[in-house]
Amino acid sequence: MLIETTLSGVILGGMYALVALGLTLQYGVARIMNLSYGELLIAAAFAALWFSSGLMVNPLIGLLVVPPAAFAVSYVIYRVLLAPLVRRAANRDALEVDSILATFGLLFVIQGVMLAAFGGAYFSYSFLAVPVQIAGVTVAANRLLALVLALAIGLGLYLALTRTRLGTAVRAVAVDPTAAQLVAIDVRAVAAFAFALGGALTAAAGVLVSMFLTFNANLGVVFTLKALVVVIMGGVGNLLGALIAGLILGLVENYVAVLVDPGLTLAATYAIFLIVLLLRPQGILGRANR
Amino acid sequence: MTGRDLSLAAGAAIAVGALAVVPLVLGDYGLSLAINIASYTVLATAWSLFSGPTRYVSLATVAFFGIGAYTTAVFAETLAWPLVLAIAAGVGIVVAALVGLSTLRLSGVYFVVFSFGLAELVRQLVTWFEVNRTRTLGRYVFTDITAAQIYWQLLALAVLVFAAGFWIGRSRLGLALRAIGDDETVARHAGIDTTRAKLALFVLSTLFMTLTGAVMAPRWTYIDPAIAFNPVVSFTVLIMALLGGVHRLYGPVLGVVPLALLFELLLARFPNHFSIMVGLVFIVIVYLIPRGMVGLVEDAVRKPA
Repeated sequence: MLIETTLSGVILGGMYALVALGLTLQYGVARIMNLSYGELLIAAAFAALWFSSGLMVNPLIGLLVVPPAAFAVSYVIYRVLLAPLVRRAANRDALEVDSILATFGLLFVIQGVMLAAFGGAYFSYSFLAVPVQIAGVTVAANRLLALVLALAIGLGLYLALTRTRLGTAVRAVAVDPTAAQLVAIDVRAVAAFAFALGGALTAAAGVLVSMFLTFNANLGVVFTLKALVVVIMGGVGNLLGALIAGLILGLVENYVAVLVDPGLTLAATYAIFLIVLLLRPQGILGRANR
Repeated sequence: MTGRDLSLAAGAAIAVGALAVVPLVLGDYGLSLAINIASYTVLATAWSLFSGPTRYVSLATVAFFGIGAYTTAVFAETLAWPLVLAIAAGVGIVVAALVGLSTLRLSGVYFVVFSFGLAELVRQLVTWFEVNRTRTLGRYVFTDITAAQIYWQLLALAVLVFAAGFWIGRSRLGLALRAIGDDETVARHAGIDTTRAKLALFVLSTLFMTLTGAVMAPRWTYIDPAIAFNPVVSFTVLIMALLGGVHRLYGPVLGVVPLALLFELLLARFPNHFSIMVGLVFIVIVYLIPRGMVGLVEDAVRKPA
């Protein structure tokens, strides 16, 4: 039972880490605190549902189509909706407030569209819902596949950021936008790229989550909240920190749900969040004085 | 008191007197609209009391509103009404102090994130408690409080929140808060205990929200956590305060009145697309009227000079 709880906690934590990766790019690099983040994730989950139940094709094909589409949509959102705010903002704090407000409005628009289209009902589809034995514990194959794919995407992102020229530019902007400009990096273009890439990652997470989770149009806020907590806990802009924080969150939530009470998982999330904030305000792996 | 203060006080007294007779002239529909406007006036003014000078965007309005509403639902049948309000105020103050103490020492973003989830957290805790301890989910609110009495209580709260705002604007606390809003580091170096100032204001601001929730609860006869902690309330308050303008005490009212009427219209005409419309209205406000109606009014007044 303990092993089973731990394993499902790791799977959940892996998903949280993947969900948070996109946000850490959007907030850490593009400096946009995106409150409509979870809405995009749920929209991608609905797209995967459409692939599976509407077109009757493998939802994994959705994984090839949906993230690029989300990349394009996020790019347009940044260029049209958020770039004017970036230009208008006098400093980083002002941009933070403006982006919180604008994306808060966006949250209600996207949620409203999904509610109008699908209503408040819960949706799910069956894909690879077969049991698999690992170390004597039974896991659903779809969860395992989701975890493996999440790890692969995370690793791919890590390599892309550390091994390519564009990835280096993205990290430079995350560290210091002003200094990045001095070494001939087009900060605005990189920020737009990072925001769009974050959107693509969210969409990938949405497709993976939809394979094993029942979801509805109102669920986005929960994912936004978890992603924000993971990003801040791990240290803003820090991929490894997001992974660690995601795993901690997934494990703790699962233990609390199994050992204490499923109704208290969010309270547990908040408790760890507060403890980390009070002990290490810069995050588990964050730099002091960012 | 200067002559300007006296005329201001006289004007305010006349306005309150005129507003107090509203329930006697309006019909049922008009009164429910007036209650709506009055409650959002208190909420939006209380919101900007804290978020205006400090620039900490709070998304937690409904957490406190809901705490107030729930307190009424639990105690209204067994206890005297003033006692119910006192309990609501007490619970609200304790929660606000806990939240404030743990988050207000940190940078603004942490506070936003925390307040974003606070309503959901409180909702889950209340649900958990009700399901596991009292074995009920959802309560009936039976009181003999009439709609007109609710309106008068809200009017009294509005008077109090304006008085509090007026007093803060002229006190050392108000000066400290403006300094924090301009530059927190500088404020701290000038010897201001920034955490204490923020905490005091946060508790005061949420106290009004809690009381509004407690007063409004009898409007619903049935209440459950999903109704009491509806995130749309936080959103509506934020957008009204921003449209009005948060840097003047009278600002939020200028946003409350037009938007309350607009939302009433939208809700009647497009019940299924309400949240899309509200989201769009909000985005338009953020982009086109960043300083709110107050900014427009002040620009218009300044131009001829």
